[in-house]
Amino acid sequence: MSAEQHAQHGHGHDHGHDHHDDGHAHGTMGSYMIGFGLSVVLTAIPFWLVMTNFLGNTQTTGLVIMAFAVVQIVVHMIYFLHMSAKSEGGWTMMALIFTIVLVVITLSGSMWVMYHLNHNMMPVSAHDMSQMP
Amino acid sequence: MSTEATAAPTDANPVFYLAEEPHHPEGSSTALGFWMYLMSDCLIFACLFATFAVLGGSYAGGPGPKDLFDLPLVALNTAMLLFSSITYGFAMLATEKGKVGATQGWLAITGMFGLAFLSIELYEFAHLIHEGATPQRSAFLSSFFTLVGTHGLHVTFGTIWLVTLMVQVGKHGLIPANKRRLMCLSMFWHFLDVIWIGVFTFVYLMGMLR
Repeated sequence: MSAEQHAQHGHGHDHGHDHHDDGHAHGTMGSYMIGFGLSVVLTAIPFWLVMTNFLGNTQTTGLVIMAFAVVQIVVHMIYFLHMSAKSEGGWTMMALIFTIVLVVITLSGSMWVMYHLNHNMMPVSAHDMSQMP
Repeated sequence: MSTEATAAPTDANPVFYLAEEPHHPEGSSTALGFWMYLMSDCLIFACLFATFAVLGGSYAGGPGPKDLFDLPLVALNTAMLLFSSITYGFAMLATEKGKVGATQGWLAITGMFGLAFLSIELYEFAHLIHEGATPQRSAFLSSFFTLVGTHGLHVTFGTIWLVTLMVQVGKHGLIPANKRRLMCLSMFWHFLDVIWIGVFTFVYLMGMLR
């Protein structure tokens, strides 16, 4: 156990000397290709679903392509941005989680408030709007 | 425990400071700092996405997404950005191996894909404006041009940065400072691809479903 840890430490040390390592994870040819393959598939399927209207229902299609987007963002984070819970002692992950919380509040809060605001406004038809200056 | 606390001041040589400064190599915190910048940039895009989410259905009697968007063109644009992401990855792999020529070559290819993306986007914008779908036409178009235009502006500056780094690498080689700069641009470039996932999903694909 301790021998293994020691070996790992030794490797990390060598690596640091060679590359002036900054504690940032690097990808390999394999990880970049896996990430690229996954993102091609995860991009092609939503486009195909919308262009052919395969599911026949706009609401289901919307939810499915949103799910694909979330999965693809995670794939990009892991394989291209080399995110991990350990990089920079966990601080990049903390910053990311904090940002995600803010993004969710901004998006859902704006949509929720503005939906109700629109709901309570006087109705204006498309014809009235086209007559506006 | 308390005996230790009281014992400390009576010690002949009390040490209240770190005997040795923690060793921070130059530039060791750049990655984290740059990540903080990207996260704040992410909040700018969150505000623009929220604006589009609220105003995206206000056509003011003008054209809507179904009249304007050309999905094959958007798919082509998405492919350009995806290819540029993987070629930047190859540039980073070449950098780690210390190959100056390969790094510059892959950076050049990445820049070409970036320029192709920008050209297609400008062609799309010009086409929309030619059809009368200008940013002034409706709230939907204002928020569309602001969101997609801000992303395009980021790609523009990313491309300028990329050319700058190609010159830097050519002049000084793959010194630690240049490796650090390439790593920052790598994060920036992949981050822009992540934002584009949001753009093509929420603006173009969801727009066609409205």
